[in-house]
Amino acid sequence: MAVVVLRNKERNAASWAGYFILQLGKLPLIPSAILALLLFTAIFANLIAPHSPTRGELTESLRPPVWLGARVIETKVVVDGRVTDILEHVSVQDALKKIDAGSARVAGGGEVAAGSNIEYLRQGGSWNHVLGTDRQGRDVLSRMIHGTRPSLMVSVVAILVAGSIGTAIGLAAGFKGGWVDSILMRLTDIVLSIPLVLIAVVIAAVAEPSLRNIIIIIGLLLWPRFARSVRGETLALKEQDFIARAVVSGSSNLSIVMKHILPNIVPSLLVISTLQVGYVILLEGSLSFLGVGVPPPQPAWGLMIAEGRGFLQTAWWNSLFPGIAMMLTVLSVNLFGDWLRDKLDPKLRQV
Amino acid sequence: MIRYIGQRLLQAILSLLVVMSLVFLLSRLSGDPVQLLADISASEEQMDALRHDLGLDRPLGLQWVTYVKDMITLDLGESIISRQPVRDLIMQRLPNTLQLGFAAMAISLLMGLPIGIYAAVNRGTRRDKAAQLFAVLGQSMPSFWLGVILILVFGVYLQVLPPGGKEGPNSIILPALSMGYITTAAVMRLTRSSMMDVLDAEYIKLARIKGLGEAKVVWKHALKNALIPVITFSVVLFTLFLGAAVVTETVFAWPGVGSLILDGVRTRDYPLIQGGVVVFSAIFILANLAVDILYGYLDPRIRLA
Repeated sequence: MAVVVLRNKERNAASWAGYFILQLGKLPLIPSAILALLLFTAIFANLIAPHSPTRGELTESLRPPVWLGARVIETKVVVDGRVTDILEHVSVQDALKKIDAGSARVAGGGEVAAGSNIEYLRQGGSWNHVLGTDRQGRDVLSRMIHGTRPSLMVSVVAILVAGSIGTAIGLAAGFKGGWVDSILMRLTDIVLSIPLVLIAVVIAAVAEPSLRNIIIIIGLLLWPRFARSVRGETLALKEQDFIARAVVSGSSNLSIVMKHILPNIVPSLLVISTLQVGYVILLEGSLSFLGVGVPPPQPAWGLMIAEGRGFLQTAWWNSLFPGIAMMLTVLSVNLFGDWLRDKLDPKLRQV
Repeated sequence: MIRYIGQRLLQAILSLLVVMSLVFLLSRLSGDPVQLLADISASEEQMDALRHDLGLDRPLGLQWVTYVKDMITLDLGESIISRQPVRDLIMQRLPNTLQLGFAAMAISLLMGLPIGIYAAVNRGTRRDKAAQLFAVLGQSMPSFWLGVILILVFGVYLQVLPPGGKEGPNSIILPALSMGYITTAAVMRLTRSSMMDVLDAEYIKLARIKGLGEAKVVWKHALKNALIPVITFSVVLFTLFLGAAVVTETVFAWPGVGSLILDGVRTRDYPLIQGGVVVFSAIFILANLAVDILYGYLDPRIRLA
């Protein structure tokens, strides 16, 4: 009986929710499902997306998500047929009162003459744009669907680049030892102690922002993480009997490394790569957010969050949804990576 | 120990040289600075004269030597846009960046420590897992997005905290929170595992056998020892925040060195970018050096590695 009572005590709502989600997370099922969906979305973006990710209709500007009713999004002051000011988050009545009181100001600095006209943009959610639209009337959902592409593309290719460089350097340092090891590891330490985001920002600013450049930048800055652990694994493997036998049997260094060492470090390489994907997605997002990543008008999650900042008050959906997509993706990749690590390489658990 | 410190110091100097050379090469690759500096109406002779004044007609190796000398003596040149010395611009803003870093560190520790202790004491239960989930969420969140959402909730809707800039002491809360939450996961995990190790120790068993209350065991006996690795880790945290400063400062329009460098990037103000990146990297590398020395001092095994 006592045990049952204790258990009941623990069943409060908060811990139940946490337990439930983590139990789901423990299975690779949910993260794998999300990642598979993501991959599918990225490949078939053209077929799935209901609208063009880059072309919008201005009449559809700033439409809220489908579950929100019609509301005034923007109130514009019009003098002589020209829009002179945009009063964000102000109702029509408030705008008229402000103008009558002489307290409404034009963007240039002058006051709005009493009796000026006001126009307002009134939009409601529609099934045509499930997650709403941005300022240019582009469909947020379609942009998010197409935005999976740069995220996945950058993470896969950049990690391939970084992984190849890091593996080559780690193998050489670990297998050769001596001064080769010293020089290569000093180099690794040096690159590790460089502020990565900052250098990436500067390189991206000097070179024209493009998907290819982000991949090169991230690839060239990320390899030390691979080099270090590959070197460690190689050092440990080198001491084993089967390597000594390969040496005795007259195998060349190259064939020992390629045939006997490399296959043995593939599991850890897989684990490290998976655990880096989330980091790279966040890094690409940061660069795009700062305006030095994926160039507009192309869709990318980080870029969408940045574009939505300008009218956060009235059209928050522009920034909110891409961020949620990003968070779910990174969370799934990390949980999947944790699971893979426990499966393939429990040694890394302490790292 | 002295040998170890010497090695690390040498490596830090090399790192700084690499960063400087990288920035040097990048700014040379990015086009002719004379085109940016000279008037539009300047003749070819005037441009050549300016080039000579700036030393740009000398061999690249010599230019590099002068450049490194300038950087070391903190002679960082003049901003193209504001015409003020880059050194002054940076020094005005550096305190803000450091303040933000310390505030984020405080928030990370204030959230990560209690949650980590809570998780360790309730090890293996659902509370432990809920605590871990809270931390993992932070790790998966883009910090700039968290920043935008914090602005939306606290700055725009509730209007309890300033949405950006630096006006009054409250302005630091949101940027520090958006940086600090991201690293809470790391603090929490470290506290949890360190606390769990300590709770298994013999002296804790003795305290329990003595009949000491659980609260006293945890707070008086276990916590002190469990804290040691977390405190040393907070120096690592500081370097992480320096790395993230560009992004967070931009989101919150925080007047620090990170947002200064990004302004430079947007206006193609190369002297500003150059000076900013070199000074910033120097601080980053120094902080890393401090971490290495601290760890080497605390754990002699590291010195031999």
